[in-house]
Amino acid sequence: MSLPSEPVLAPAAEPAAADPARPAEGRGPWRTAWRRLRRNRSAMISLAVLLAVVALTLLAPAYAGWLGIDPFRSNLAGTWMIDGQSVPVMEPSTTGLGLGVTPIGPTWDLGGYFLGADNQGRDVAARLLYGGRNSLVIAGAATVLCLMLATLLGLVAGYMGGVVDMILSRILDVLWAFPVYLLAISLSIVLLTSAFTIGPVTITAGSLLLPIGIIGVIYVPYVARPIRAQVLTLRQSEFVLAAIGLGLPTGRILRKDVLPNLLPTLIVFVPILLALAITTESALSYLSIGVQPPDASWGTIIQDGQTLLYSRPWVALAPGLAIVVTVLALNVLGDAVRDALDARGHGR
Amino acid sequence: MTTRIGRAALIGAALLSTTSIAASAQTREELMEQHRGGTLRLVASAAGGTIDPQINYTAQYWQVMQLVYDGLLTFKKAAGEEGGVVVPDLATEIPEPTNDGKTYVFQLRDGIKFSDGTDVGVDDVVASFQRIFKISGPTSGTFYNGIVGADACLASPADCTLEGGVVGDEAARTVTINLVAPDPEFLLKISVPHAVILPAETPATDAGVNPIPGTGPYYFESYNPNESLVMARNPNFQEWSQDAQPDGYVDRIEYGFGLTDEAQVTAVQNGQADWMFDQPPADRLNEIGTQYAEQVHVNPLTAFWYAPMNTNLPPFDDVRVRQAVNYAIDRAALVQVFGGPVLAQPVCQILPPGFPGHEDSCIYTQSPGTTWTAPDMDKARALVEESGTAGQDVTIVVEDTTVSRGVGTYLQSVLTDLGYNASVNAISSNIQFTYIQNTNNNVQISVSQWYQDYPAASNFLNVLLSCASFHPGSDASINIAGYCNEELDARMQAAMELAVTDPEAANAEWAKIDQAFMEEAPMAPLFTPKAIDFLSTRVGNYVFSNQYKWVMSEAWVQ
Repeated sequence: MSLPSEPVLAPAAEPAAADPARPAEGRGPWRTAWRRLRRNRSAMISLAVLLAVVALTLLAPAYAGWLGIDPFRSNLAGTWMIDGQSVPVMEPSTTGLGLGVTPIGPTWDLGGYFLGADNQGRDVAARLLYGGRNSLVIAGAATVLCLMLATLLGLVAGYMGGVVDMILSRILDVLWAFPVYLLAISLSIVLLTSAFTIGPVTITAGSLLLPIGIIGVIYVPYVARPIRAQVLTLRQSEFVLAAIGLGLPTGRILRKDVLPNLLPTLIVFVPILLALAITTESALSYLSIGVQPPDASWGTIIQDGQTLLYSRPWVALAPGLAIVVTVLALNVLGDAVRDALDARGHGR
Repeated sequence: MTTRIGRAALIGAALLSTTSIAASAQTREELMEQHRGGTLRLVASAAGGTIDPQINYTAQYWQVMQLVYDGLLTFKKAAGEEGGVVVPDLATEIPEPTNDGKTYVFQLRDGIKFSDGTDVGVDDVVASFQRIFKISGPTSGTFYNGIVGADACLASPADCTLEGGVVGDEAARTVTINLVAPDPEFLLKISVPHAVILPAETPATDAGVNPIPGTGPYYFESYNPNESLVMARNPNFQEWSQDAQPDGYVDRIEYGFGLTDEAQVTAVQNGQADWMFDQPPADRLNEIGTQYAEQVHVNPLTAFWYAPMNTNLPPFDDVRVRQAVNYAIDRAALVQVFGGPVLAQPVCQILPPGFPGHEDSCIYTQSPGTTWTAPDMDKARALVEESGTAGQDVTIVVEDTTVSRGVGTYLQSVLTDLGYNASVNAISSNIQFTYIQNTNNNVQISVSQWYQDYPAASNFLNVLLSCASFHPGSDASINIAGYCNEELDARMQAAMELAVTDPEAANAEWAKIDQAFMEEAPMAPLFTPKAIDFLSTRVGNYVFSNQYKWVMSEAWVQ
C-alpha cells in the first residue's frame, strides 16, 4: 500500500519562537496555528463533518432505544409495520422456484429500517451508528497507542544515539519492511483464534483491544522514524546543548525541552493516523479478523452487505460511504493542520 | 464426509422438475449418436486440492473422480435414492460373503484397460488396497481397518502388504478380501473413491497435481489448481456397465477455477460456463429462481448442519443446558439463513430424512412429535435456570463463510436470550474444522456440517458420536462434542452386527439410537440442506444421484 508521505515539520523551535515583528499581539504559535486553520474553509468543513460523524455515532444507543430494537440480535423471524401493514423482515421469495430470502429494503423512514435490514434481519442504520462508534474508538485508541509507542521509541533512539539508536532503528526497519496489511492480517489470524495473556491482563479473542493493539503497533515505524529524525536535530540545538551543559537530568531535558517541540509533528500525525486506522480496521473486519460478530464496525457491515449487493446494495454502500466521508475529512483536516503548524508556511 | 467436502455439496436444493429429462422414447445408442461430443465447462471459485483419488476427500472432486476411476464396486449412476445402490464395477458381480461374513471373493472383469493402455489385473487390485495404507489415506483407519493385516499396515504404512487380507489369484482373476469380523458396510466402503483401482506401479505418495491413469470414460489431461482441471475422453474406455460406469456424452470437461460465486452465476447466465460448483450467492437466488427457473435443479442432500456442544466444558457439560439450546433454537429462522424453505428443512435429529434408520421424530419443539414446529423458550429458560449456569461466557466458533457466520450470529442471539454472555469467533474455513475438533482449543460450541460418505446410519451416528471417534488433543477428533456413552456405543456395535443378518431390524434400532443420542443432546441439529445446480441452457439430460450429486457423464451439451 502507499501511505501519505511522513509529515516532517520544521523543528518546533520555529513555531515556538515568537514573531518579533508583532510582539505586542502576544499571539503564541498555537493560537497562530488555530487562526490559520480557522481561515481554511475546507478544514472547517472537514472538522464539522467529523464532529457530526462522532455525534451521530454517540447517538447510537439512543437511536436504537427509540426504535425499541437491539441491532445485535438476529431478527430472522421478525415483522415490521409499514404503512399500517405487518411485513416480514426477511421475506422468502414467492416467485418462480421460491429461492432465496430478501431482507426488508430501505424504508427511508427514521422510524425503523431507514437503510433496510441485513441478512440477520437487523436494522442497518442502527448498526451503522454502532459500527461507526466501534470504528472510531478503535481508530482513536490505536492512534493514541501508536503515538505513545512511536514517541517513546523516537525519543530514546534519537536522544541516546549510538548502539541504542542502531538497535531500535533496525527493529523499526524490520517492522516497516513488512507490508502493513500482511503484518496486520498475520497478527490478527494468530491472535484471534485464542485469548492471550499479558501479565495480569487477559485479552479475549473477540475483544476490541486486539484490533486496537494490532493497528497501533503496525504503524509505529511510520511515526517513530520521523520523530527520531527530529529528536536527532533537536539534540544538537543550542537550547538542548545548554541544558545538558547545565547538568540538567536527561528526563527533564526530554520532558521540558525536547517533547514540547515534537508536539506539532505529533498533532499533524493524529488525523493521518486516524484515517489509516479506520481503513485498516475496516479491511481487517471485512476479512473477519477485526471486530467479531455480533459487534459491528463499518468493515463488518460491508462484509454483511457483500452478499446482498444485487438485492440490497445499501447494506454495503452505507458503511462504504461513511468510511469515504470520514477518511476524506480526516485527510483534508490533516493537510490543513500540517499547513497551519508549519512555521515555514506563510499561512493562508 | 467432512465439512469441506460438504461445503462443496453444500450448494443445496430441491429440484422442482424431475432429475432426468432423458427422452425415454429413444434408445441410449440413438441418444449417444445424437448428442455425443462437445465440451462441458464447469467453474468453481477454487480447486479442490490433490487429484489423487485415494487421498482427496472433498465432494468437489469426488464428483469428478467417478468419471475417471472405478472400484471393484461402485454406486449406481442413477437418479435419486437408486444412486445409493451398490453395483458391480470392475468386479463381475457383488459376491456373497462367506466364512461367517468375513470373506469376499471378487471376480475381476476381463478386457478393461487403464487410460494409459495397460490392462487391469489382479496385481493392480492388491496394490491399490495396499496403497490406501501406504499413503495413510484419510479413511484407511476408519473404513478399511477391518481388513486382515490392516493393523500392521496402520502401524507401519510403508511396509504394508495386507498379508492374508487382500489375496489375488492371477490365474482365476479373483481377489479375496478377508475381514477380521463381519462388516455389513464393507461393500459400501469399497464403493467410494478411496478404494478405486489404480495401476500397481502408482507411487505410494500423494499424486498432487499429477494425474494417475484410471479406467473411466475420461482421464485427467492436465491440472493446474490455480487455473483449471481438464478431462478428455479416455481412448481405451469401452462401456461394460451402464449402471456402474456409463460412457459420457461430452468429449471434454474443462473445470475452471478462480471466479467468484457472483461471477460464476453471470458466466452461467451468459452461457460462458455450463455449471457452477459454488452455491449461488444469496442475492442472486431470487433472480435465478425466477428468470432462469428452467436451468435450476434443486435436490435434497443426505446431510445436516449442526451445532456440536462440548460435553466436557461448562456450561455444556450439563445436559440441561444442551437440551435448553435444542429447545430454544428457531430452526425455521435458520432455514432463512440458508436461503429459505425451498433450500433447507428444519431438523432436530441426527439421521437426515430419507436416510437408512431415519424415523421422523422431534423431542425439542413445542408439542413434541414427528416434526419440529416451533421453539419452546419457556422450557429452555427453565432448564437453564435449573442448571444455574446463566451468566457464563460462551463462545461460538464458526467458519468465515456467509452461512456459517449467519448461523453463529443467530446462535449468539439465542444464547444471549438464555442468559449467557455469548460471543462469536469466526475463523478461516481452512482451519475451523480441525480447530473445533481439538480439545486443546477448548471450543465450547461450534457450527459444522456433515455429509454422507455412503448411505448407512453408522456413517452419521457412529462416526460423529462414538467413543472411538473422540481423540482428545487431536485435530482428527470428529466426535466434536467429545461425547462418549459406552452404553450407546455397545448398542451401535450391536446394530452394525445385526445389519449383517437383518438390515431392517438394524435400521429400526438405529432410529432408537438416534433418539437416545438426542435425549442426551450432545449436539443441536439445525437443518438439512438441499443441493442447487444451476446449468446453462445447452446442458441436457440432467441426472442427480444421492451419492455423487450431478452425474456429469450423463449430461450432454449438443
